[in-house]
Amino acid sequence: MSTLLLIEQILNGLQFGVMLFLMAAGLTLIFGVMGLINLAHGSLYMVGAFAAAAVAGATGSFLLALIASLIAAAAAGAIIELAVIRRLYDRDHLDQVLATFALILIFSEGTRWLFGSFPLYLDIPSALAGPVTLPGGIQYPAYRLLIIVIGGVIALGLFQLIARTRIGIQIRAGESDREMIAALGVDISRLYTIVFALGAALAGLAGALVGALQSVQVGMGEPVLILAFVVIVIGGIGSIKGAFVGALLVGLTDTLGKVLLPGLFGAFMEPAAATAVGSSLASMAIYILMAAVLLFRPTGLYGSA
Amino acid sequence: MYLKSLILAAGLTALASAGLADGHGGTVKVGMITTLSGGGAGLGIDVRDGFLLATKMAGNENLEVVVEDDQRKPEIAVQLADKMIQSDKVDIMTGIIFSNLAMAVIPAATAQGKFYISPNAGPSQLAGKGCHPLYFNVAWQNDNLHEAAGAYANDAGYTNSFILAPNYPAGQDALTGYKRTYGGELAGEIYTKLGQTDYAAEIAQIRASGADSVFFFLPGGMGISFLKQYAGSGVDIPVVGPAFSFDQGILQAVGEAALGVKNTSQWNKDLDVPANATFVEAFQAEYGRLPSLYASQGYDAANLILSAMETADVKDADAFRTALAAAEFDSVRGDFKFGTNQHPVQDYYVREVIKEGDVFTNKIIGASLEDHVDAYAAECSY
Repeated sequence: MSTLLLIEQILNGLQFGVMLFLMAAGLTLIFGVMGLINLAHGSLYMVGAFAAAAVAGATGSFLLALIASLIAAAAAGAIIELAVIRRLYDRDHLDQVLATFALILIFSEGTRWLFGSFPLYLDIPSALAGPVTLPGGIQYPAYRLLIIVIGGVIALGLFQLIARTRIGIQIRAGESDREMIAALGVDISRLYTIVFALGAALAGLAGALVGALQSVQVGMGEPVLILAFVVIVIGGIGSIKGAFVGALLVGLTDTLGKVLLPGLFGAFMEPAAATAVGSSLASMAIYILMAAVLLFRPTGLYGSA
Repeated sequence: MYLKSLILAAGLTALASAGLADGHGGTVKVGMITTLSGGGAGLGIDVRDGFLLATKMAGNENLEVVVEDDQRKPEIAVQLADKMIQSDKVDIMTGIIFSNLAMAVIPAATAQGKFYISPNAGPSQLAGKGCHPLYFNVAWQNDNLHEAAGAYANDAGYTNSFILAPNYPAGQDALTGYKRTYGGELAGEIYTKLGQTDYAAEIAQIRASGADSVFFFLPGGMGISFLKQYAGSGVDIPVVGPAFSFDQGILQAVGEAALGVKNTSQWNKDLDVPANATFVEAFQAEYGRLPSLYASQGYDAANLILSAMETADVKDADAFRTALAAAEFDSVRGDFKFGTNQHPVQDYYVREVIKEGDVFTNKIIGASLEDHVDAYAAECSY
């Protein structure tokens, strides 16, 4: 494999990782601050994608579509937090899993009821449609570069938010001792709603950005949700930094695994068998990574015990 | 007292006449288990709508249809099949879209003496050694459209194909089917993860491979993702695929990215057959959208059953089976007959994706395979 192809694949891995980060950031914040397992996070990703497709279809503007995805997902997040999730904080994880799984079903069938069973159309803006030539002569899709940039900017913004702002201090305090910050007079239920809506908005944005590359359809969120859980387990639950590093690790492992492993087995096996074994092992690569990380750091890379 | 006996008498009369109706044996009860929710619901909805359209147009009151949603889950399909066989007492079953569900339901249903008419799934097991006298497939054997794609690649002069499919039984069958008819070299062969939505890594490999054509089988959302990303990557190697990634339900979501792509199918809406023109017009009038190949398969399945009901009683399994095997109905595909394993022997076409007004659709541009028999027919003996 040539160096250029390898660099292109590394960029692909980064782009995949950044997209996973947008999902995982919300998930890890919600788990860290409220101790809630939110299976419906994938539904919020779907809500963002459908809102973007609807607005892009009506107005033709991709920027408006992205804004709509943020607003719609944040609103959906705030509504389910106020109506359902709020009642679950004191319950055990099994109740939370059951209730948020019910939310997945409600969101999926509700979306089908509104938009029908056929995938919707959402395309990348024509200005970003083609490839750009990077230094060294690599042809890389402009839109994927944009996703890497947007993801990087959002990661930076989140670090600043958590480290430097008042709300960030409250979030960190909430992570370490929920009862104490309530006792100190912080309006904890308002904080929860804000954190939940923020996480939802990030998931919605990820859905809209990725929806333009992939298909906008009912059930699109669940496969990503599983990967996002892998990311936060690797990164350490509750840590934004862990989510970022974990997302990039998972993105790179998955992409490079499926590119390199079949070739590696091809060196000493029949081509057909090497393809089959290599592809199967590549699908397992991120879970093997997760198991390896947990073996050496049971709380994840940046998790606190 | 008088009133009571009157009611009793009325009740008995009703019972007796109900018994009489059964005695006629004219009614046929069809149990349709198909995918109406979750991913892949569009396919089941099209099969159901095509089937119900044909029954409505025939106006045959002796045909009763029960429809249930399998949610694309084998265990649910099995439960529904048990319920239909034991409490609904259906005579014929149909509707399953996905091969893994078909394998869970069909062998059990035919073993219990029920007819099964498959409007979509055609797993190789049921076409070869596992064939059954009560099992008919009115669509195709799973490999067929891929074989047609391989034959087209030869005709188009491609000699160096890059092929990819998801790593699951139907994906492996797809690549096997393509290689069965395709005579050139392979520039690369990739199995992707089932349900994968990002194909950047594969597209980069295609670009670097020096292939002169790309064959892919990625059903549903996977195909939409692949085509959009392929168009955005700037790679301009021509793409060939089976009709599954280019059906009417999916094309609108792919948009411009699919324009000009060649794909293979046993049916298209512009196929010049009178029965097809009637079907396409009636489907649009009834549902307000263009029919897909799945809808055409559902429509043919219903007409096949209706045609057999004309000449035979479903309670007489041998006679009904002979009537089904004769396939005396006006198929939307024109010539239609069953082979020895009760799978279609039919023509396959090459289609091109075009834009008609605002709607993306397909147009037939040539033939691919004529009177094609599937590869497993020889292994089948009853």
